[in-house]
Amino acid sequence: MLNIKNLEATIDNKHILKGLNLDINPGEVHAIMGPNGSGKSTLANVLSGKPGYETKGKIKYNGESLVELSTEERAQKGIFLAFQYPLEIPGVNTNIFLKTSLNSVRKAKGEQELDTLTFLKLIKEKASELGIDEKFLSRQLNVGFSGGEKKKNEILQMKLLQPKLSILDETDSGLDIDALKIVADGVNSYKNKENAFLIITHYQRLLDYIKPDFVHVLSNGKIVKTGNAELGVQLEKTGYSNIV
Amino acid sequence: MKTEDLKNNQEYKYGFTTDVENIRSPKGLNEDTIKFISNIKKEPKWMLDWRLKAYNRLKVLKEPNWQKPKYPKINYQDLYYYSAPKSASEKPKSLDEIDPKILETYKKLGIPLVEQKRLNGIAVDAVFDSVSVATTFKDELTKKGIIFCSISEAIQKHPDLVKKYLGSVIPLSDHYFATLNSAVFTDGSFVYIPPNTKCPMELSTYFRINASETGQFERTLIIADKGSYVSYLEGCTAPMRDENQLHAANVELIALDDSEIKYSTVQNWYPGDEKGVGGIYNFVTKRGACRGKNSKISWTQVETGSAITWKYPSCILQGDNSVGEFYSIAITNNFQKADTGTKMIHLGKNTKSKIISKGISAGNADNMYRGLVDINNKASNSRNYTQCDSLLMGNKCGAHTVPYIRNKNSTSTIEHEATTTKINEEQLYYCNQRGLDQEEAVSLIVNGFCKEVLQQLPMEFAVEAQKLVAISLEGSVG
Repeated sequence: MLNIKNLEATIDNKHILKGLNLDINPGEVHAIMGPNGSGKSTLANVLSGKPGYETKGKIKYNGESLVELSTEERAQKGIFLAFQYPLEIPGVNTNIFLKTSLNSVRKAKGEQELDTLTFLKLIKEKASELGIDEKFLSRQLNVGFSGGEKKKNEILQMKLLQPKLSILDETDSGLDIDALKIVADGVNSYKNKENAFLIITHYQRLLDYIKPDFVHVLSNGKIVKTGNAELGVQLEKTGYSNIV
Repeated sequence: MKTEDLKNNQEYKYGFTTDVENIRSPKGLNEDTIKFISNIKKEPKWMLDWRLKAYNRLKVLKEPNWQKPKYPKINYQDLYYYSAPKSASEKPKSLDEIDPKILETYKKLGIPLVEQKRLNGIAVDAVFDSVSVATTFKDELTKKGIIFCSISEAIQKHPDLVKKYLGSVIPLSDHYFATLNSAVFTDGSFVYIPPNTKCPMELSTYFRINASETGQFERTLIIADKGSYVSYLEGCTAPMRDENQLHAANVELIALDDSEIKYSTVQNWYPGDEKGVGGIYNFVTKRGACRGKNSKISWTQVETGSAITWKYPSCILQGDNSVGEFYSIAITNNFQKADTGTKMIHLGKNTKSKIISKGISAGNADNMYRGLVDINNKASNSRNYTQCDSLLMGNKCGAHTVPYIRNKNSTSTIEHEATTTKINEEQLYYCNQRGLDQEEAVSLIVNGFCKEVLQQLPMEFAVEAQKLVAISLEGSVG
């Protein structure tokens, strides 16, 4: 699904990714761990098409070169990023945002856009799966949401848009244990043979709930070690110093 | 969106001209022109005298020039002050008698003149250049004692009401453009709501400039008698032309005891092209008097068109406990300029005013909020709340806020909040990551920014206004 070869990324003259290789197949869960400043969020940004990065190397997504696609085209083709800091958009009703988003994606796929009633029925269902109160959907997007509510909202959007590749950028940070479980349940219930996950995290605790197939250690812009779920557990005990 | 689609979309879709034979006054501003207008409208002598009085006053007035947007000197002798489709010289008695070309024009503009469109629940007065060509739902309104007709008709049929109220809020000698209007006004709407009557439908006027080299001088007068309520909407469009055309309107509102007037404007005059050539000079005087106790006047404006918008819809809060509100969205793109805001004059006790202004500037445009809150020494316990927010898109546009606050009463409360922000790249990225393209993202964020004002509009207009907000800003980011 995703093949990254020798990826380099620079922003504001800072060379951050320095030759990163990664292959992700459908049905797989990959975790990326690594010390602060190693380039984890940059990887998420580059994959989702955040403006401002200069890149070298190749990123193939389902055979297509990703760098030539705009941010929205990537989203429409099934790349989803759960933001570390979801943005607040004052005055925009959460439901309206979600509906506009879903319909943009559906339109791009050549599917019929949903009318308001059908949408509301669908979103109510998805929200209740995540234990999200309906009232929360009529509030302004992320405005005045707690950290946990914002992250749950990201997972709700993921479940709504049904992406092929979901990138979770430190979705576990700032979550209490109950919210963490809800987020993990959300991911686990969505996981299937067709889609894949790239989970960026500092801590093992999220991986206790979402079992990764691969754990990669990112350091100084490169993947320096790859292992299975055991690697995450080990890192939690020993830290990165033995590896990087 | 492909570049070509974008181009097509950006084009001003109301820019067409209707080819009709016109009757015009001779060119130029003089007594003969005024007599011509008064004569063709079969006005009584008192009306002509009133116009001539205004004209004499005009001779000693100077055009104001304190506004921020400057413009080339207007040659008032080179304009036509009256232009009307020949077919409308005798006002058509029914829709069947209206020139099909004009009906077609309004159809293209999306204005339901044909009454079968009952579902819209809006009564429309359609003003084409200098004349009102149709007023719908008249009979139904008449049953309730509501008068909704063109001002020309009101001058003939309801002279007592017109004499009593015309010029009572905007005096003859108020300022240059208002006085010019008083001398040469051609048409506009007249509304009278009798005591204790709630107007059962939205009343609306649609102004269309069609003829070239013509100024449009609209005059509207709305009176809400004791205990009544009315919601009134106006919409405006004009063809695309290289010349700048002048629209100098006067709108007067009078609210008596316990009555309420809600006045909404969606102004989409031709804004000029992307280089700033052409477009309407929208120099308008709008003023409402809350004359009775517990009365309320609420202005809502969505200003997206015109090369220059220069207007301050105001409220004179005379009656005790009266309320004035001003909700405004002013969008300027390319080389458009706006200098707009409001005046809230507190005279009565316990009077309240609220000002919510949202200015959006893109391209090379310049957007100014200018407002006055004036609390008189007798206006005890009065309150004002003002919020002015500006949103900038790009690096070449400007936003300015100039609030004047005058307070002569120590028991009053005045609050003023203002913000200026640039459209946030991170927000755009977030929207793009959710599959929205740049235009959709801008539209969503800007409509969110304007929400407090948009939600003041009647439902039918709110949807249109949201689309208009999006169209006005197309191509301004990215």
